[in-house]
Amino acid sequence: MNLDWFPFWLSLRVAAISTILSTGVGLWLAYLLANRTFRGKDVVDAAVTLPLVLPPTVLGYYLLVVIGRGSWFGRVWEAVFGGPLVFTWQAAVVAAILHSAPLLIKSARAALESVDHDYERAARTLGASEWRLFWRVTLPLASRSILAAVALAFARAMGDFGVTIMVAGNIPGRTQTVAVAIYHAVESDNGQVARALVLAVSALTLGILWLANRLQPGQAAR
Amino acid sequence: MIAVRVKKHYAAARGSAAFTLEVEFRAQSGVTILFGPSGAGKTLTLDAIAGFLAPDDGRILLEDKLLYDGPSQVSLPPQARHCGYVFQNYALFPHMSLRANLAFAAERLPRLERHRKVQEMLARFRLEEVAARMPGELSGGQRQRGSVARALLAAPRLLLLDEPARGLDAPLRAELYEVIREVREGFQIPTILVTHDLDECFALGDQMHILSAGRIVQSGTPEAVLERPATLEVARLLGLYDLFEAEVRSLDPGTNASKIRFGEYELSAPYLPGKFKGDRVWIYVLPERVEAVPRDGRRPGANQIPATLERMIERPHALRLEFSNGLRAEVPRDAFAGGAGTREWLIEYPAAELRAL
Repeated sequence: MNLDWFPFWLSLRVAAISTILSTGVGLWLAYLLANRTFRGKDVVDAAVTLPLVLPPTVLGYYLLVVIGRGSWFGRVWEAVFGGPLVFTWQAAVVAAILHSAPLLIKSARAALESVDHDYERAARTLGASEWRLFWRVTLPLASRSILAAVALAFARAMGDFGVTIMVAGNIPGRTQTVAVAIYHAVESDNGQVARALVLAVSALTLGILWLANRLQPGQAAR
Repeated sequence: MIAVRVKKHYAAARGSAAFTLEVEFRAQSGVTILFGPSGAGKTLTLDAIAGFLAPDDGRILLEDKLLYDGPSQVSLPPQARHCGYVFQNYALFPHMSLRANLAFAAERLPRLERHRKVQEMLARFRLEEVAARMPGELSGGQRQRGSVARALLAAPRLLLLDEPARGLDAPLRAELYEVIREVREGFQIPTILVTHDLDECFALGDQMHILSAGRIVQSGTPEAVLERPATLEVARLLGLYDLFEAEVRSLDPGTNASKIRFGEYELSAPYLPGKFKGDRVWIYVLPERVEAVPRDGRRPGANQIPATLERMIERPHALRLEFSNGLRAEVPRDAFAGGAGTREWLIEYPAAELRAL
């Protein structure tokens, strides 16, 4: 049997890159939501939650409108990189971020908020800047929960289907991620390929879940 | 020196009534105690000083530095206030060793000096041997000293302690008092300590302010407050006295004497300044200064009131007797032994101990 593992590796790459990006942005947003009061906080909070509840095709449609070739973002992208963003594997990364970042932001916010405020207050009275307080006190104390959230976000990014197919399409060897490939294999009655990919994804996801559960603080720092 | 004037209003919300904090006091170096029942606003006051709570109005001045000023909207962040804060749970960072905890407070110093200062503080608080341990591996007393040491390393100009002895057993409590006394001697900074434990006020306090429902109801040294509670409210908050209502029958400033009537009995008391004949006054007296003897069928003598024993409560040094008419007396154990089993007693009030509010 000559099985094409490209979709699997592509999904891994997409999930890895999107997780790195959404961790960066997500932590920042989670920090803002957990610690600051600002105008429009409710709106930001709702906007973060929205991708969790909207149908993926609706999300994909919005994304097409925002990053499509006719949008200003699409035009800027094309001017800079010499090609459109949509229907490339980079578009799949954007889709995966949209699909997984909300989960990460929500969990990271809960993790940051669960750190006993007395530790943060103590650090402040000791003269620590908010920056140092975050990196030296809050983040280390929340790190296990945040790592667990990152692992879950990675798993979710691996599995996106709806948004990906809307903005990245189904181009074998270029944008066909594993979820799309499985759908494609079943559609074209290629059961062997479907089974192999399904098993591989299941095993990987199970492993990630196990890791995430191990990371969830049990006896660890409050 | 610190001068505090803070006002903060909390509107009534679901599950809590409206509350207004309105306190004003000054504190010199030495230990100043904020004493009061739960919900009196003690910790809120501390938090306003430390910068965790934004008051509606007021002014907080620490030495020559304005920490907060309502009208001109000055409010320094906690980082810039230089107030050391010792939390109830000590708040040592659980992911750092004790040494790292201390070093965290001294990070503005160059490396060598930081190391020297941390070492010095560890030695001062007898923590050198456990410096490498994580807070979870320290004993209660070590955690307590570590937390004070860490606060002092940041070179604060004021030390705030939020019920540091709460939930500690007696030996740890004694150890903590020792540490606080050491700080008072060794560091010339004002210390403000919140507590609802009266023993603590006497063990540590140079000055105390009694808070009730967001206001300071009396200030002074603990001894002065004990001798002369200003109002019935304070007397009740202190919870030390026997309180009863009596009528003034006669007053004689010349011989420093008065007569008061409680129920059908007449008692001699010192002159009661500011009272008039016929006034109803609250009399307070410390139960341990009252004597009680078995009645044995005798008629009550001077300043004696007959009473029926309701309850007897064992205390470390004496027995507390509670009588049916609400009066109390504290008698030494051997004095009680003679009257064990008796129900009818005579309570004797030394005239000099009866005071009116």
